Amino acid sequence: MTTATQTPRSTDLVLEARGIVKRYGRVVALDQTDFEIRQGEVLAVIGDNGAGKSSLIQCLSGAVQPDEGELLVSGQPTALKTPVDARRLGIETVFQSLAVSPALDIASNIFLGRELRRPGIAGSVFRMLDKKRMRAESLEVMSQLGLQTLQNIGQSVETLSGGQRQGVAVARAAAFGSKVVILDEPTAALGVKESGRVVKLIKDINARGIPVILISHNMPQIFEVADRIHIQRLGKRIALVETSQIDMADAVALMVGAKTPEQLGLDS
Amino acid sequence: MNRSATDLPDDERPSTVTAGFSMGLVEIDQGSRLSPLQWIERRMLSRPLIGPVAVLIIALIVFSIVSPNFGTLQNFSLILQQVQVIAMLGIAQTLIILTAGIDLSVAAVMLLSQVAMGRFAVSVGLPVELALVLGIVVGIACGAINGFIVTKLNIPPFIATLGTLSIFYALNIFISDGESVPYADVPPLFNWLGTGFRVFGTTFTFGQVLTILMFILFAYILRNTAWGTHIYAVGDNLEAARLSGIRVNRVLMSVYVVAGLIIGVTAWLLIGRIGSISPTAGASYNLASITAVVIGGTSLFGGRGRIMGTLLGSLIVGVFSSGLSLAGFDSLWQEFTIGLLIIGAVAVDQRLRKIGR
Repeated sequence: MTTATQTPRSTDLVLEARGIVKRYGRVVALDQTDFEIRQGEVLAVIGDNGAGKSSLIQCLSGAVQPDEGELLVSGQPTALKTPVDARRLGIETVFQSLAVSPALDIASNIFLGRELRRPGIAGSVFRMLDKKRMRAESLEVMSQLGLQTLQNIGQSVETLSGGQRQGVAVARAAAFGSKVVILDEPTAALGVKESGRVVKLIKDINARGIPVILISHNMPQIFEVADRIHIQRLGKRIALVETSQIDMADAVALMVGAKTPEQLGLDS
Repeated sequence: MNRSATDLPDDERPSTVTAGFSMGLVEIDQGSRLSPLQWIERRMLSRPLIGPVAVLIIALIVFSIVSPNFGTLQNFSLILQQVQVIAMLGIAQTLIILTAGIDLSVAAVMLLSQVAMGRFAVSVGLPVELALVLGIVVGIACGAINGFIVTKLNIPPFIATLGTLSIFYALNIFISDGESVPYADVPPLFNWLGTGFRVFGTTFTFGQVLTILMFILFAYILRNTAWGTHIYAVGDNLEAARLSGIRVNRVLMSVYVVAGLIIGVTAWLLIGRIGSISPTAGASYNLASITAVVIGGTSLFGGRGRIMGTLLGSLIVGVFSSGLSLAGFDSLWQEFTIGLLIIGAVAVDQRLRKIGR
């Protein structure tokens, strides 16, 4: 493993996976794969279709359970049984399926599953939501990320364009992701302009010191934002390289199996 | 999807967008380039009660003009009495439909619950209050059974409740021996919701008051509690709800149980409405409750709708029935009109859903 062996094994690694296996029936989606992300970096995960990117991300975010292997959060072995477990540890994921609820408003979406209740009897006895505070805090995180809303934070998400919806999903992750933010194909469904905005968002989140895992097919985008690239192939991590140490053509060649890490002088 | 301001290059954006970068989470639409129809659709998307309110007001005006006896307070009280049972069942039905489910067994649960109340009080001889509570518990148990079949056996709600419709109805006939408890034998407490008070020379019943209070209560719950938000989220996008950490099966189960509770209370209301305990009264209310929900603008596909819409939907059905009959139409035209309203309501919903995608 190129970089892993060079880096001292320490809590410098925010999230780590060792020897993860995930099978779906007879299909082996993840075959002893490793994973790591360091404090403060943007790590891109690339791989051909079926390489196991999504399965890997689902294991890291608690959406599915690995059959074998070990997950370490800040160096501590940890089991993530549900997305809630991951979220409690500050691991926030924006899933490819865009996990927003179109009929709910922006603030309700951002606080979905962790609503705030009013203080006092209104909250404890009458279970009343503190909509004001949720809206105010949503507005704040949106503007921190430069996602300004001139209109109504109470408008439903279905009235927004694709890029704007993605913005809501990313804002939610950014608002609560204290340890690491995972973005699964955040720009796959977006136009050029909207993609540019999401890239800007990734940089903004990272600038706040939060490491970002970016799963993407968009090579120029990856080379623009990522510090390192994790290349997944046939259920395994075949290389983990500094973005500056590789060019796009070689990264793609590794990804599709046209070249091997050895040919490129990467000891995997 | 409208993108007016966001499609402009950054330097050409309206000056309202200030600090450097913006996703332009802005305009739904400023109205200027919308056709009147689009404008109405946008409004209906954000305010789903507009449609049913408009239909109700127009119907009230038209029928008041056509028949002089229609627009009286006495007639309104009568309409509300006629639809209160369907409206109450409609509350339970709305909760379930909001989760993208459906409950075909509501009336059967109500009958079973009602017949159980009668058996506990009249045949077993339990104290009336206890019999009433136990009858409601039967409703809750039926709801829990529906919830179990849907969440644990993973059977679609349509099929699950189609099955329990038969099961609960059969149990209802079994427990009652197919016989009614006549008015004279029904304890006064059971009939209490059918009694009432006079205001402005018009009789109102406690059942009407209870119905309105239940609507207010559940409107509050859906709007102001996390549980309410989760009901919408589960019906709107189940996977998103799950990934957001909502325990979707727990939400679904709780919805069916609460629906059972509402139906149990409705059983009490039904006794007050008809005066006796009959194992066949209101057996047609399964579909009538769905009709009220749909005409009230709640989407059968889940995640979209308002509890007050169901009250409006029930009233629309009642107003059309009363209005058409006072105008001298045969009752078959009531059925006919309600059919049109259902199709119209769902057609509007389909259109609105398309905008929202």
